[in-house]
Amino acid sequence: MQVSMTVNGQSRTDDVEPRLLLVHYLREVVGLRATNIGCDTTSCGACTVIVDGLTVKSCTVLAAQADGSEVTTLEGLSGKDGAMHPVPAAFHSEHGLQCGFCTPGMVMASIGLLKDNPHPTDREVREGLEGNLCRCTGYHNIVKAVLKAAEAGAAAGTVGASEVSA
Amino acid sequence: MSILGTRVVRKEDPKFLTQGATYTDDLVDERLTGALHATIVRSQVAHGKVLSVDTSDALAAPGVVAVITAADLKDLSPMPHGFPFIHESIVHQWLVDDVVQFVGDPVAVVLTEERYQGEDAAEMVAVDIEPLPAVVTVEDAIKDETVLFPDAGSNIAATFGADRPEDFFEGCEVVVTQPIVNQRVAAAPLETRAAAAAWGDDGRVTIFCSNQGAQQVKGQIAGWLGIEPETIRVVTPDVGGGFGAKIGADPEFALIAWIAKIVGRPVRWAENRSENLVGMVHGRGQHQVVRIGGSKDGKVEAYSIEVIQEGGAYPRIGVVLPNLTMLMAPGVYAFPKVHAKAQVVLTNTTSTGAYRGAGRPEATAAVERAIDLFAAEIGMDPADVRRKNLLPKFTEPHTTPMGATYDSGDYQAALDKVLDAAGYADLRKEQQARRDRGDVKQLGLGMSVYVEITGADNGAGALEHAKLEIHKDGSATVLTGTSPHGQGHDTAYSMLVNDQLGIPMDKITVIHGDTDLIPAGGGTMGSRSLQQGGAAVHKAAIELIEEARKRAADILEANPEDLVIDKANMGLSVKGTPGSTVSFASLAEKEELMIDTIFDAGVPTFPFGAHLAVVEVDVESGKAHVQRLIAVDDAGTILNPLLAEGQRHGGYAQGVAQALLEEILYDPDGNPLTSTLADYPFVSATELPSFELVEMETVTPVNPLGAKGIGEAGTIGSTPAVQNAVVDAVSYLGVRHIDMPTSAMRVWKAINQAGNNAGTDRKDS
Amino acid sequence: MIPSNFEFVRAGSVDEALSALTEHGDEAKLIAGGHSLLPLMKLRLAVPGVLIDVARLTDLSYVKVDGDEVAIGATTRHFELNTSQVAKDEVPLLAHVAGLVGDPQVRHRGTIGGTVAHADSASDVPTALLALDAKLIAQGPKGKREIAIADFYLGFFETVLEPDEMLVEVRVPKLGSSVGWGYEKFVRRENDWPIVAVAAVDGKVAMANMAGTVIRASATEQALSSGASIEDAAASAAEGTSPSSDMHADADYRQHLARLLTKRALHTAASA
Repeated sequence: MQVSMTVNGQSRTDDVEPRLLLVHYLREVVGLRATNIGCDTTSCGACTVIVDGLTVKSCTVLAAQADGSEVTTLEGLSGKDGAMHPVPAAFHSEHGLQCGFCTPGMVMASIGLLKDNPHPTDREVREGLEGNLCRCTGYHNIVKAVLKAAEAGAAAGTVGASEVSA
Repeated sequence: MSILGTRVVRKEDPKFLTQGATYTDDLVDERLTGALHATIVRSQVAHGKVLSVDTSDALAAPGVVAVITAADLKDLSPMPHGFPFIHESIVHQWLVDDVVQFVGDPVAVVLTEERYQGEDAAEMVAVDIEPLPAVVTVEDAIKDETVLFPDAGSNIAATFGADRPEDFFEGCEVVVTQPIVNQRVAAAPLETRAAAAAWGDDGRVTIFCSNQGAQQVKGQIAGWLGIEPETIRVVTPDVGGGFGAKIGADPEFALIAWIAKIVGRPVRWAENRSENLVGMVHGRGQHQVVRIGGSKDGKVEAYSIEVIQEGGAYPRIGVVLPNLTMLMAPGVYAFPKVHAKAQVVLTNTTSTGAYRGAGRPEATAAVERAIDLFAAEIGMDPADVRRKNLLPKFTEPHTTPMGATYDSGDYQAALDKVLDAAGYADLRKEQQARRDRGDVKQLGLGMSVYVEITGADNGAGALEHAKLEIHKDGSATVLTGTSPHGQGHDTAYSMLVNDQLGIPMDKITVIHGDTDLIPAGGGTMGSRSLQQGGAAVHKAAIELIEEARKRAADILEANPEDLVIDKANMGLSVKGTPGSTVSFASLAEKEELMIDTIFDAGVPTFPFGAHLAVVEVDVESGKAHVQRLIAVDDAGTILNPLLAEGQRHGGYAQGVAQALLEEILYDPDGNPLTSTLADYPFVSATELPSFELVEMETVTPVNPLGAKGIGEAGTIGSTPAVQNAVVDAVSYLGVRHIDMPTSAMRVWKAINQAGNNAGTDRKDS
Repeated sequence: MIPSNFEFVRAGSVDEALSALTEHGDEAKLIAGGHSLLPLMKLRLAVPGVLIDVARLTDLSYVKVDGDEVAIGATTRHFELNTSQVAKDEVPLLAHVAGLVGDPQVRHRGTIGGTVAHADSASDVPTALLALDAKLIAQGPKGKREIAIADFYLGFFETVLEPDEMLVEVRVPKLGSSVGWGYEKFVRRENDWPIVAVAAVDGKVAMANMAGTVIRASATEQALSSGASIEDAAASAAEGTSPSSDMHADADYRQHLARLLTKRALHTAASA
C-alpha cells in the first residue's frame, strides 16, 4: 500500500507492506537509523519519535497508521546550521548518555515531556520518562539534562515550537 | 594547568546526539551489500531429543534462500567449552540435532532476502522434539537424577576449594547461618546482540559484531571454526552497552560467519529482545550459604561461604566466576579465619556469564548480609560491627587469607565519610520515631563497605597495547586494545594525550575495535580500561616525547636533556629559549612519528567504598522505595569526574535493580517467564532517586595514573546496601533476612512469617 | 518482532468500519491506537487477516457533557481524556486514571474504546468505568445499542460485542468534583500493568486483575451500604475473587492487596 508522510520536513510517498512498522519504515525505507529498537514490546522507548507533535513508540505504530502525518526523528532536530537542539545539547553538557542506544528515544521523549510540562520537578521528569529505559546512566544525568534544558527555557522557546509542533 | 582531573564533556556525543551512533544493525557497508538476513530457529523445549527438523514449508516461503540445519554443518566440530577443569564430553552443537539443553538452543537458521520474510519463514520450520525431564533448579541438578550430559556423569561441572573444617567455628560465642540466593539477572544492554559477516575474494572474512573486545572474539572464532586467525577480521562498531554480557564471542557470531561462507553471500543477524533474554548469557545465579561466627562484643572470628553457581546449559564465563567470589569472600574485613568453597552446576537454562561485577558483587552481597545478620543476632548497630572488624588503613599491600593482595585501602574512612554525609545518627532517630508512631511507611538504613578487584584479566596478565601516531598536520591517532561501549574512552584517552603533548582534544582520534588495525588487546571489561588501556596511552605519549626529543635535539643541535616540552606549540624547545620549538608535526613530516607500546601493571587494583541506602517500606503492602543512596567510591585518582560519576550512577542503578526488582525466572519445565521487557522488570527512572556522591581518592601505586577501576564498583556497593536497608526497615517486626529481589510480595510474606513465628497473627488492617 | 501479513483498511466513517467488519467477519480486527493489539500481533498471539483502522474517525473523539452524563467518543485518546477539562470537572476519577495508563507515549496512541473493548482485566480505564457504572454504546448493522459495563465482559479478552459491532461511545454519570473518589494502582514499576488496582467512588468499588474480568467488590459495597466502617468493609474486598498466581504475585498476595488498596481507595474517597 502507499503511504505518504513528511519526515523531518521532507515529504515522501512509498509503497510498503501494510504490516511495516513505522520504526522499520524510518530506518530502512527512509534510511534514518538513529531511531533504535530496544525491546519490541513498547517497553523501552528507544524507538520514540514525534508524530504530529506527540511522542509515540514507533515499534508499535504501523507506517500505515502514520500515513499523512508529520514525523520528526533525532536527525530532524539539528538546525540547518548544524547547531544542536537545546535538549540534546543539555544531554551533552550533563553527560546524559553513555552507550547512546536509548538516547534518540530519550531525547525525543524529553522534548515531549517539556512540551507538556515546561518546568518539571525531578520527580515529574522521572515520571515523564517512565516509558524510556536506559541501562547506562542510572537516569541521574538524564534527569539533570532535562531539568537543565527546562531551565534554559528550551520549553518556552525553541522546543516544541517550529520543528516539533503539534 | 593540566586537563587531567577536570570535567571534560564527551567528544563522542555530538554524533550520538545529532545523527545517532552506528551500531551493528545500522551498518551500511559496501561489504554487506546484498546481505541475507539470518533468523535463528530456537528450541522451545528446555530439554529434549530432537526427532526431526522439517524445513520444507519454510524453504517454499517467499524470499527464503536457504534453511541451515545441523546436517549442513558436518564439517564443523561442535564447540568445546575451553575450560580444562570441566568434562570434555560437554560440547555445544552449533545447531542441535540430538539433545536440546535449554529454551533458546539454536536448531536452524533461515536465510532470507528481507528481514520480515525471515520471521515468517522461521515459524514454518517444524521442529519435533521429544521432551526429556528438565533440570531447572540447582536442587534438582545436584540430585543427578537427570544428567544433562550423561558422559560427564554429573550435573556438577566443577568444584573449587575444600570443605569447611569441622572445627571451623570452634570457640565462637555466636554463629549465624543463612542461605542466600543471589538471583539470576539479565545484563540487558539496550542494544541486543547483532553480527554481520562477509567473505572477501582474498579468502578472509570480516565479522562485524556488538562486543566488548574484538581481539578475543577473533581468537575464539578462529579456534571454533578451525581457521587461521589471520583470515578473520573482527570489527566492533558502536556498541549499545555490554555490562559483561558482551565479553567473548557468542556462538551465533561464528555461526553467521560460517553460514556466509556456505551460502557465498554476506549474512547479517540482529536478534530481538525475546531472543536476547534467552540467548545472551545471564548474570549472577549463585546459591550461597554463609556462616559467620564471633564474640558477643562484635568481633568476628570466622567466616565461611559455600556457593553453588548456576552455570546454565553449557559452560560459559559463569563457570569461573565463583573463583572471584571466593577470592573476595572476606571483603574489607580482618577476619582471622575465612573459608570458601564453590560448585558449578549445569541446568537446562540459559548459560551464565559476566554481568557488571562478575563474581565480586556476589562476594560483597554475601559478606555484607552476614555482617548485618551477625549484628542483629548480638543486638549491635551494624556500623559498629563493621568498625570492629574492618581492616585498618594500609598503604603497603595487604594479603588476605584468600590470597588477594590489596594495593591500598582505607575502609574505615570510607564508612565514616558515607555515614557523616548521610546524617546516620539523625536517620536512626527518624527510624525510631516512625517505629514508635507505628507509621505505615517505615524507614530502613542499609550499608555496605566493599572492596573489589579490577583489571584482574583472569590471570592473563594486566597489560594493554596502545599505539600513538602524530601526523604531519599535527593531529594524532590513538589505537587502543580496549573497547568502549559507552564509557567515554575517546574523551579520556584524548585527555591523556593532550596532557602530555598539548595536542587539542579535537585533533586526536581514538580508534578501537578493529583487529586488522589493532591485532592485540584485552577489550573493555573488569573495569580495566583506564588503568591499563589509559596507562598504555599515557606511556605511549611519554615514549613519543622521548623519541621526539632525540630527533629534535639533532635538528636543534642541542643536548636532548636541555629540551623541554612546549605544549602550547605542540613540540619541544630548548629550555629558556622561546621560539626554538620543533613541533611534533614537523618531526612527523620528516619521518613517521609513532609509538607502539605495552603497559603492564603486573597486578590488579582494588577499588573500595561504602554505600548507605535509605529506603521507605510500606509495611502494609511490603513495597520498598529507595529514597536516598549515598556513596563513597574510591577508585584512586580520577581522570575525568564527569565520566567517573557517570560510571558510578549507572552502577548504582543496576545494583538497586538487583536488590529491588530484577530476576530471571523459569517455570518448572524450564520455560522462561521473563523473555520480554514487559515481563523482565528492567529498572526505570521512577524507581530510583538521584544519587548522592561523596568523593574519596586513595591512589594506587600500581600504575602511573594512580587510577583504579570504576566501572563496576557502584553495582557492587549498592546491591547489599539496598537489600540490608529493606531488611532493616522491617527488622523490628522480627524479620531477619529477605532474599533479592526484595519485591513487595516477598517483604510482605517475610513480615507475615516473622509475625507467625512470634506467635502473633498479623491481620490485614 | 513483526506481525504476520494482513490487509489494512482505513475506515472513513463508522459505517465504513461496520461494513468492513461485516465483510471480513472473524478475520477482521478494529485498530485504533493499536497499543493493545499490535504487541500481541508482534508476538503472533493475534493473527488478524484484516485490520480496520478507526483511529481517524475524529467524529468519535470527544469528551462532552450530555444531560446528566459525560459522553466520551470511542477514539478519544488517553491523554485527551486525561487533560480534558470536562472530564476533570465532571468525572475526575476517570481523567486521573486515563493519566495512569502505560506511559506518555502509550497515552498518546491508546483510546478509550480500544482499552474497553480489549477486555484485559488488568486495565485501569475499564476498572474506573466499572466503578462509575458506565454505559457503553455499541453500533452494528442494526443500529446502536446500550450495554451496561457490568454486562459487557464475559471473560479474559472476551466481551458481548458481536463480531460486526464496534464501540462508539462511553457514557458515565456526571458526578462533579464534590463526590469523593480514590484510585489505587499497585505496580512494580510506574509504567507496568497493575498487579491489582482498585477504584472507589460514590460507594462503589471496582478492581483490576482479581478475576478474568474487571470486577466489583460486591461484599465491600454491601457492607458499606449497610453502614460498615471502611476498615470492616475493605476486609471483605477479596470475597468472591479468583485472582491468578503468576510470577508477579500469587493469589494470596493479590487478595491481600485487594483488601489493602480498597481500604486506601475508600479512605481517599472519604477524605475528599
